[in-house]
Amino acid sequence: MTVLSVIAIILILLGLFFFFAGTVGILRLPDFYSRLHAAGKCDSLAATLMICGIAVYNLQPFTFGALLVSIKLLLIALFVFIASPTATHVITEAALVLGVKPWKRTEKKKS
Amino acid sequence: MMHSFFLAMAIALVLLMVLSLLRAFIGPTILDRILGGNVIGTKTVALLLLIGELYNNLAMFVDIAIAYALLNFIATLGASKFFLHRLDVFLEDQEQEENP
Repeated sequence: MTVLSVIAIILILLGLFFFFAGTVGILRLPDFYSRLHAAGKCDSLAATLMICGIAVYNLQPFTFGALLVSIKLLLIALFVFIASPTATHVITEAALVLGVKPWKRTEKKKS
Repeated sequence: MMHSFFLAMAIALVLLMVLSLLRAFIGPTILDRILGGNVIGTKTVALLLLIGELYNNLAMFVDIAIAYALLNFIATLGASKFFLHRLDVFLEDQEQEENP
């Protein structure tokens, strides 16, 4: 159990936690926009954490090939970090133009 | 030890993908379904890397993961732009959902 393994386990577990939170948000939140909010967290943060964890674990026999693979993994993380907010933005724009209604509280509490 | 850890993470990711598929199945609007597919695609990238770590062949699976990330991005963009320009298709689907 080396230091890099411990760092990798922590990063992957954090990524799994954020994936879980995003999935619960997608299933439970009331309207489309708030679901999109949960999905954005799940996409950018969780995937980046998990890919970085695997990249750290891959470095363990430190060779040139492993370094190359880890750099490729970091490039995937960078691409996901840029592309998934863009995709979320495009879906939001489509929903706004198509007129998906935001959720409102239907009955007000009587005071 | 690390092998079973990666196996457990992969199984947990597959279960979360099934839950996301549920949203893509019941989603009230078409955009909800696109959103569910997008989330499943992002999880698939992480799952492919975990599978590569399980088979001790990460160098091959990294390239597959790059291709899958690009494909997922293009698919989401294309589907959203399609429904942005084809309002009639979206409205027909929404009416069917409201009055089946």
